[in-house]
Amino acid sequence: MASLVSHPDEIRVVTKRFGQGATDLDRYLALDGYQAIQKALAMTPDDIITLVKNSGLRGRGGAGFNTGMKWSFVPKQSAKPKYVLCNGDESEPGTCKDRLIFEHDPHSVIEGVMIAALAVGSHTGYIYIRGEYRYLSVIMQRALKDAYARGFLGKNIFGSGYDLDIYWHGGAGAYEVGEESALMESLEGKRGIPRIRPPFPAVVGLWGGPTVINNAETLASVPPIILGGPDWYANLGTPKNGGTRMFCLSGHLNRPGVYELPMGYNLKKMIYEVGGGIPGGRALKAVVPGGSSTPILLADEIDVAMDFDSLAKAGSMLGSGGVVVLDDTTCMVKFALRTIKFYQHESCGWCIPCREGTDWLKKTLTRFHAGAGMKKDIDNIYYLAENMLGKTFCPLGDAAAMPTMAFVKKFRKEFEDHLDGKPCPFEKAAEPVMV
Amino acid sequence: MGAVAVLELPKTPHPSDDKRWRLVDTTMRRLGNQQRGLIEALHTVQEAFGYLDVEALRYVASSLRVPLSRAYGVATFYHFFTLKPAGEHTCVVCMGTACYIKGALQLVSAMKQDLGVTPGQTTADGKVSLLTARCLGSCGLAPAVVYDHEVAGKVTPAALRDRLAKWNSHVS
Amino acid sequence: MADLTLTVDGKKLTAPAGTLLIEACKSVGIEVPSFCYYPNLSLQGACRMCLVKIEKMPKLQTACTTVISEGMVVATDSDEVRQARKSMVELLLGNHPLDCPVCDAGGECELQDMAFSYGAAESKFMEAKNHKDEQQWSPVVYFDRPRCILCYRCVRVCGEGMDVWALGVQNRGVSSVIAPNKQDHLECEECGMCIDICPVGALTSGAYRYKTRPWEMNHIGTTCTHCADGCKTTLGVRRSDTGMEIVRGDNRDKSGINNDFLCIKGRYAFDFAHSTERLTQPLIRKDGKLSPATWEEAFALAGKNFAEIRTAHGGEAIGVVGSSRTTNEENYLLSKFARMVLGTNNVDHHRTADFPALAAALRGKSGQTASMRDVLSAPAILLIGNNPTEQHPLLAWQIRSNVRLRRAKLYVVNSQPIKLRRQAAGFAQIPAGAEAHAVAFLAGDDAALDHLVHQSATRESLLALRDKLRAETGLVVAFSSEIRGADVARLVHSKFAGAKFIALADYANSRGAADMGLYPDLLPGYEPLTTDSRFAQEWGTLPTVPGLTVPAMAAAAKAGTLKALYVVGANPVARFGLDPFAFSGSFVVVQDMFLTETALMADIVLPAANAYEKSGTFTNTCGDLQLVKKAGEVAGVKSDFEMIVRIADAMGFEVRKLVPFGGGTHADMGQSRGAQSGEADRHSVWLEAHGLEPRMSPFDPVAIFDEIQRLVPSYHVSRLDLLAGNDQHTDIGEAGPGAAHDPNLIIPANDDLFSSGTLGRYSHTLNSVMENKNAPAPSEVGAD
Repeated sequence: MASLVSHPDEIRVVTKRFGQGATDLDRYLALDGYQAIQKALAMTPDDIITLVKNSGLRGRGGAGFNTGMKWSFVPKQSAKPKYVLCNGDESEPGTCKDRLIFEHDPHSVIEGVMIAALAVGSHTGYIYIRGEYRYLSVIMQRALKDAYARGFLGKNIFGSGYDLDIYWHGGAGAYEVGEESALMESLEGKRGIPRIRPPFPAVVGLWGGPTVINNAETLASVPPIILGGPDWYANLGTPKNGGTRMFCLSGHLNRPGVYELPMGYNLKKMIYEVGGGIPGGRALKAVVPGGSSTPILLADEIDVAMDFDSLAKAGSMLGSGGVVVLDDTTCMVKFALRTIKFYQHESCGWCIPCREGTDWLKKTLTRFHAGAGMKKDIDNIYYLAENMLGKTFCPLGDAAAMPTMAFVKKFRKEFEDHLDGKPCPFEKAAEPVMV
Repeated sequence: MGAVAVLELPKTPHPSDDKRWRLVDTTMRRLGNQQRGLIEALHTVQEAFGYLDVEALRYVASSLRVPLSRAYGVATFYHFFTLKPAGEHTCVVCMGTACYIKGALQLVSAMKQDLGVTPGQTTADGKVSLLTARCLGSCGLAPAVVYDHEVAGKVTPAALRDRLAKWNSHVS
Repeated sequence: MADLTLTVDGKKLTAPAGTLLIEACKSVGIEVPSFCYYPNLSLQGACRMCLVKIEKMPKLQTACTTVISEGMVVATDSDEVRQARKSMVELLLGNHPLDCPVCDAGGECELQDMAFSYGAAESKFMEAKNHKDEQQWSPVVYFDRPRCILCYRCVRVCGEGMDVWALGVQNRGVSSVIAPNKQDHLECEECGMCIDICPVGALTSGAYRYKTRPWEMNHIGTTCTHCADGCKTTLGVRRSDTGMEIVRGDNRDKSGINNDFLCIKGRYAFDFAHSTERLTQPLIRKDGKLSPATWEEAFALAGKNFAEIRTAHGGEAIGVVGSSRTTNEENYLLSKFARMVLGTNNVDHHRTADFPALAAALRGKSGQTASMRDVLSAPAILLIGNNPTEQHPLLAWQIRSNVRLRRAKLYVVNSQPIKLRRQAAGFAQIPAGAEAHAVAFLAGDDAALDHLVHQSATRESLLALRDKLRAETGLVVAFSSEIRGADVARLVHSKFAGAKFIALADYANSRGAADMGLYPDLLPGYEPLTTDSRFAQEWGTLPTVPGLTVPAMAAAAKAGTLKALYVVGANPVARFGLDPFAFSGSFVVVQDMFLTETALMADIVLPAANAYEKSGTFTNTCGDLQLVKKAGEVAGVKSDFEMIVRIADAMGFEVRKLVPFGGGTHADMGQSRGAQSGEADRHSVWLEAHGLEPRMSPFDPVAIFDEIQRLVPSYHVSRLDLLAGNDQHTDIGEAGPGAAHDPNLIIPANDDLFSSGTLGRYSHTLNSVMENKNAPAPSEVGAD
């Protein structure tokens, strides 16, 4: 179990039970566990949805869509069973928050799924946990078993007459499965290839039934919202960006870790105060604000509120809350290469622009970083990314294209420093490569 | 079911009399013997056998009524699955209750001591992969070990070391 | 559905709600490019070639997955759209080997076309291309990964279309690869549709690869000569030292009743035509040995002996055996020749279905036979017996497509768990040999239930099945050869509202052989042997005593009363298991491509052309009449038609009476001009339609076709449509009465997907595929 960090500015909503043994059901109950679901059972589905809508809770997976709104798209009547899915396929580089929730507070996710199920009238939920977190599925399995043993799950939950089953499901190693329709394919036992949309999952999802799919942090945020009320939660954050958010601070920082901070928290403050600044007093070069797919911010762009809308205005995205800090020793070409290597490896291969585009980006950047770059490569890299952007089957192509375009745009000079057989200025030992 | 007489296809026979197939069956049964159990069934195969071979894919696909081409597709899509054994040899120590009592743990520590591998790992020279299985159903033989595809019973750390030595001297 | 109006590139167009944008564009001649989109297969949205700009949408949208909506404004040719397409082609070409000069698909490659259209001529990439060695997946399928653009058409046609699921996608990202189900080779039905549907040269045919360039071939759309389903196959033909060589069979011309479909036989099994064992000169038995002779010698001898035997012993001393693979014109001519020239009713063929019984049962009721196209559109289908996947691959395709695309209900009654049960809404497994009982039960005889209850077929399920069938309207009923004689009538008279029937026979022109009267007791059109039949009126006095069946001919030969036997394209010794020595006292003339068991005992063997080397018509098992087009001339052989005429001539018969040539209209069915790619000869169609051109030759099958159309009522179909290359359904209910015949003489061919009677024995491809099949049947698994 990773050691926990803390900071006085933190507001603990999702993380309040961390480090308190809440994997144990009795402990969870003692810490207000399964109170929210009982409250929700006394509410109408529409009231639950309205409450969540008003809390300003937006999807924590990265897209930032209003959660209550998403739930409201599920049709009331359906011939096919409805499903609630917890997306625990957290894979965005720089992001490591859902893992902590599963590890420290699995019941909060279960309770969140339960409330979502009530809201949309579903009787079946699945908690999908990525393959790399297989060891966490043991914790989740035990939590589910315990909840069943107490009658919290199964037939007639809490004596309400409502039946609800929740199962866990393990992945096997594929970033692409984090895309919601790909996750459904994976859950059905298929390759994790996204589906054509429309129809959207809310109408045609898992096994053709209307499906709500939310990120684990989103679902874990729901029980406190039910208990604390929408206004309390909304007021924790900024307008239209309700509540708190788990920020995963990593990179060149003195105190990296996952911190739960109010939405809209200033990025500069987050780096220098919460994260303890940059080791050795080195200068900040750039920041990836929300996971590797979000366009990078320069050192002079970080005086920005960490919420969905402010970051969009700054030309980037809040994404999944993975803040990666880079100091001035970082080679941006190498960083671009590392980022693209990931997307090249994780591209599902379904569509041409993503499959071929990420591979050519990787090949070109590899050569480029090794010192065999040519001037026209810089434009080619940008051209490749630009022609992927918005043209791929799913957002993975965009996730690779957006940061790449930002790297070229913001660090063209550094790319030019690698040209014509020059070794990487950041790596003394780098040898030029013959083409 | 009215006019629609569904033909019940016979259960797919195990590819061999290896008891580990029962572990795979258990997983598939837990998930309703349906396609959604494919990924989990493959996990179980890999945990028990170390990798997914054609036989295993064929067996799982046929049992879950999934086209073989699709099972292959899944097995090669996800990063965790491997179609090749990690090590030249596999050594699966049964950790079922009976084997556990009779000293399965000592076998695992012997492996760790001698080769520096823990369950799920392969020796640096690629010679041997160590795996554990929940219960092979060979409780009478406890503690049981599967060397490649051969089941050995009442295995002592000394016997285990013998076998490892044989493998290391290229006599397999 | 209601029509919606939208604007594409400034053009207003209307299309029914639910139409895909790409199809709506196509309907007004706006071609939106695509690789992965393929009509009637599931949507992919993978190739991104069809990205178009739709107003009010922030991103470009794929026209192949977008359903049209009212007022939609679309741009398919803006700079943004053109750039998107160009970049897709650039990316595809990045890893493409660009080996067009040696690629089989060069010249008919969609990637080439796209590169040409969008001008992705300059490569932006410097790194090495990803390479993977070519693989041979089966004797007939090769895969070249570097050429593959991952459009997934092959995966879908194999899975969704064929229900074989032998192809899948393995790995992911740039390592994604189409892979066969048996690691490095295929376990499948070898239909080769993956090759046809491949837009590039990634999947190539083992039979065709590296043989020629597409533009060096003539393309002739003709009817397949193997099973009784009548697929159109397009033969790619090249000149060779023997006259012509067929180098390819495929389905590029999708105008046939088979639409996209073609099985292994239609695609590859033309190669019997080039077997080194083919006969290329006449043989005459001299001193007990078959020795080469001239055509003149052979015809003269055959004519002289037939004439002498007829004069000395009467026509009843001569037997005639026809073929289920010769054309309608040849069969009609043979029937006429036997009765008129030889003066005998000893006419028979290898029967594989009871068409006379169907004709009798449906007499006077038109519209109760189903065409192959009906199988694709019927709301419900009942299949009794047979295994179409093996024996009638097109029928199976039609059934599967109908179930998949139109949600037709399929009901299967079979003694085996045949593969089509996967598509069935109802399946009753009955005991082997109980097909007739099943018919009795379906017709209302509950006592027959006792013979049917078996395994999954309980009394209740069978009763429920019958109730469901009775509730269906517009049922198509296809039945196997086990249903014969009175059972056919019983089935036809079951209480199925608006049902249409198909009797399943086994060979390419089994139906035609029956329709053209190759029976000892029936004339063409199932006319009985009466003195006032229309044929007696037309042909003159004919023998009216029923003749001998094939086994009876053998018995008569043994007894010394059958003095001569004339076998045209048949192998009765093998098919009927006859004692070859039974005919040792008879004068035997055999026309065939090969030295078959029957030819071996002949006194004269005449080398025959096959269906790919002559013109005429075939009638498939449903009764669909289609053109057979000549792919080219082959040296050393003659058509059966010509040989019959020549023998009649050698017998001193006035040929004009046999073939009424020299007057009336003529269209040459491509015979003299050499038809091009599936098109009818427009000149001759026009002439024919206006009754202008005189027939000039006694060897012209159309001269006889005139007569067939005049005298066989069910063949009153549109000649123009037929000659234009379309199928024309002939309705057996409009034929003559049908009559006495012996149902016991129906002998199923028992061919499967990889065998095809004598032709199959000489097909190198079929043999190599069979040898390669060492594994059990394709995996017993369907998919959702």
